[in-house]
Amino acid sequence: MNSKIKKATTHISQNEGLIFEKSSPGKKAFKLPPLDVSEVNAGELLGKAVREDLGQMPEVSEIEIIRHFTRLSTWNYAVDHGMYPLGSCTMKYNARVNETVARLGGLAEAHPYQPERISQGALRIIKMLSDQLIEITGMDAITLQPAAGAHGELTGILLVRAYLESQGNPRKKILVPDSAHGTNPATAAMCGYAVENLKSNAAGMVDMASLEAQVNEDVAALMLTNPNTLGIFEQQIHKIADVLHAKGALLYMDGANMNALVGKVRPGDFGADVMHLNLHKTFSTPHGGGGPGSGPVACKKILEPFLPTPVVVTKPDGTLGFDYDRPQSIGRVRMFYGNFGMFVRALAYIMANGPEGLRQTTEDAVLNANYIRKHLLGLYELPYDTPTMHEVVFSDKIQTRKGIKTGDIAKRLIDYGFHPYTVSFPLVVPGALMIEPTESESKEELDLFIDAMQQIAREAEDSPEIIADAPYHTRVTRLDETAAARKPILRWKPQGELVAK
Amino acid sequence: MLSDIGVKSVDDLFAAIPAEYRLAGDLKIPRSYAESEIVEFFRDRAAENGQGYATFLGAGAYSHYRPVVIDALVSRGEFFTAYTPYQPEIAQGTLQSIFEFQSMICELTGMDVANASMYDGSTGAAEGLMMAVRVTDRHKSVIATSVHPEYREVITTYARHQGMPLSTVGYGKNGRVDLEALDKAVDNETAGVLIQSPNFFGVIEDIAAIADIVHKKGALLVVSIAEAVSLGIVKPPDEADIVSMEAQSFGVPLGYGGPYCGVMATLDKFVRQMPGRLVGETTDRNGKRGFVLTLSTREQHIRREKATSNICTNQALVALMCNIFMTIYGRQGMKELAEQNLAKAHYAAEQFKKSGAKLVFEGAPFFNEFAIQTKGDPHSINDRLLEEKIVGGFPLKKFYPELGNASLWCCTETTTRATIDVAAKEVAR
Repeated sequence: MNSKIKKATTHISQNEGLIFEKSSPGKKAFKLPPLDVSEVNAGELLGKAVREDLGQMPEVSEIEIIRHFTRLSTWNYAVDHGMYPLGSCTMKYNARVNETVARLGGLAEAHPYQPERISQGALRIIKMLSDQLIEITGMDAITLQPAAGAHGELTGILLVRAYLESQGNPRKKILVPDSAHGTNPATAAMCGYAVENLKSNAAGMVDMASLEAQVNEDVAALMLTNPNTLGIFEQQIHKIADVLHAKGALLYMDGANMNALVGKVRPGDFGADVMHLNLHKTFSTPHGGGGPGSGPVACKKILEPFLPTPVVVTKPDGTLGFDYDRPQSIGRVRMFYGNFGMFVRALAYIMANGPEGLRQTTEDAVLNANYIRKHLLGLYELPYDTPTMHEVVFSDKIQTRKGIKTGDIAKRLIDYGFHPYTVSFPLVVPGALMIEPTESESKEELDLFIDAMQQIAREAEDSPEIIADAPYHTRVTRLDETAAARKPILRWKPQGELVAK
Repeated sequence: MLSDIGVKSVDDLFAAIPAEYRLAGDLKIPRSYAESEIVEFFRDRAAENGQGYATFLGAGAYSHYRPVVIDALVSRGEFFTAYTPYQPEIAQGTLQSIFEFQSMICELTGMDVANASMYDGSTGAAEGLMMAVRVTDRHKSVIATSVHPEYREVITTYARHQGMPLSTVGYGKNGRVDLEALDKAVDNETAGVLIQSPNFFGVIEDIAAIADIVHKKGALLVVSIAEAVSLGIVKPPDEADIVSMEAQSFGVPLGYGGPYCGVMATLDKFVRQMPGRLVGETTDRNGKRGFVLTLSTREQHIRREKATSNICTNQALVALMCNIFMTIYGRQGMKELAEQNLAKAHYAAEQFKKSGAKLVFEGAPFFNEFAIQTKGDPHSINDRLLEEKIVGGFPLKKFYPELGNASLWCCTETTTRATIDVAAKEVAR
């Protein structure tokens, strides 16, 4: 069973308990400098507010900490190990130079309230990234304040609402295609809008007839991901924008899939009014096990007065500074100025690529997805044969005949040395396998992936029981998620206390 | 690869994009730079930013020493180039570390359960009040004006279209929440009351007294903590229902304002109304302990418009920095660290007073920040200090015009006696 697996071999994996289980009194990993002022009596100063002790906080040595987290790290799969085709998440290479420059003292140690005259470097980074993202999106203005993609959506829809209110009517609902990310409807609800679903047509694109029927004076905006979550470019995009604009509604573009467009086409040119970008997807800032993200929002001129405060402006003396005097602004969406550390990394990425590099990045991402599509066609069902951009969505329809589902195939892929694709999303495709290779993968890595997927397809036919119990080579086998949710254990407690409860 | 796919050129793959929108030429951005040029460019920006300044700024972002072990560990590609642990069999490293993070946050805050992180303290505070609305099925919220002003601005933005009317409650002479005013402000329609402790002025609130008033009316108390290091010496807000903390102080670079790490913690009974990712313990098929994302039916990818929040991304890598920081200092170190902060700030307050500045708020304890009233404009004081490579305190007039020349000064373990003595001379002038 193992001999067919080309990419991975098992190796020794260190066991490691919870940090609390290594703790014992008196061990320490810190040393503070001698106190250069008089000691104080905390009890006298704080009175009732003084803390007696820190309970079960661990006490461990430095080497134990290094080993603890190093061992834990080896239990993760990461882009640094190999292809991570998690569709829609754009798991591309995170260049090390980005990390180096983000940690430079003058940037990493800058306090957000330090005077503008000693913040010109940071302000210039914000300004340059803003200008370049405006050029890349074809928009007129931008805010870098939102902390992540969903936060950008919130900001963008608040901009739409503020604009429509300024026109006299905020309107009632937001249209969301059935293929959308879950964040879209959740965002619309947070902005006080009702959500109305919009059907896809047989080609996996917005159904123009439904759109025309549903757009009226109650519709504030359509939230559209383009390319959509099926990896399909909305070929009628300009007509979609026209239908919306004719009724006074706006087009919000979810830029989660901007990796398929950079340098080839600009949303501002095809009619998008406002969009967010995910710096942690398209612009290579690291995903970090779940975050931090960064979700700048770019928009057309008509929405600019409503952007969150503050915005960076060039002052009469030529220096940069913040403008807080924005009476029509939606207000703040985050304290300070956003995830500045991510701005540094994204700007470094854009600088490393330049215009040709950015275009080639997009071309390679689309090429890689199409290469996978071509080689898996026939083995896995392709629910929509519309051209694929940067990701391809198959379904498990062929494999379900043997009782094998997309989640099972994903688990088996782990044994083959890959992180799985995105499982069961988008929801419009039952049993979806959403594969996004990104531009970072070489043909050799893609061929290994294709080989693994081909072998799994064969296993599904010949010996489906192998797949149903996968993975075999991981530290843990399939985990009981039902039990985890039914009786949640969300923190460590000392044994005695558990028994007592 | 092109011939495999069956196309002549890579442009054929973009045929789906209507021709009139395809870019004919290059984007108008600078040329491609070599790595050495990129490093040089950012070094220049870092130099323009002014390096080597001592700082008295706090006000929601704190300058603490970051042990080198933190960056050594978070720079491991296995941590920083992984994503949300959707596949637990190959993400146990991230999952176990989040579980430990949740456990330590509970220990420090006195709560039962903590999530895997929020964007930051400001959005976390907004989410805390939204959660109070869901739990109580009431709509109104009361916010203390001694909560960080930028947090309050964010909450205003979040609440505007969610049918969440907000009102405020002021501070008394000692800088603490005005309890009488609070008693009047909270009624039977109040879902949540948000306070911060230590508050924006650095003053530690009387949480038990506030909780009595809030709970009497059936509302929830949301306590925001902006300076996490305070928990080493300040009693945790045990009486709170929800704690929303900014954990930047735990080993996260100031980084000109982000990324930081919000944390939300609450009582067991409210966990299903909590936003954000949660990691839980379970077992695999062989009975071996393992960790998974859990209770995800609260979240947007399942519940869509009915979700507890639209939040998706968390701050996992930043939470890992915090986790390592908490592990390094641990039970003894967190206390010693907090004691040093306390001692330095109280030394500075004494020296400033000796120089003729007045403490704005007396009669209530403070941790490592305090407001002083000076004869001169704090901006002028700061201009003079800047000449000596010292960034002075935060002038409060911008957010609290009623406080005149008051400014907010923060001392941490990194503030030296010599720096404090220089500043003490200047505040007197």
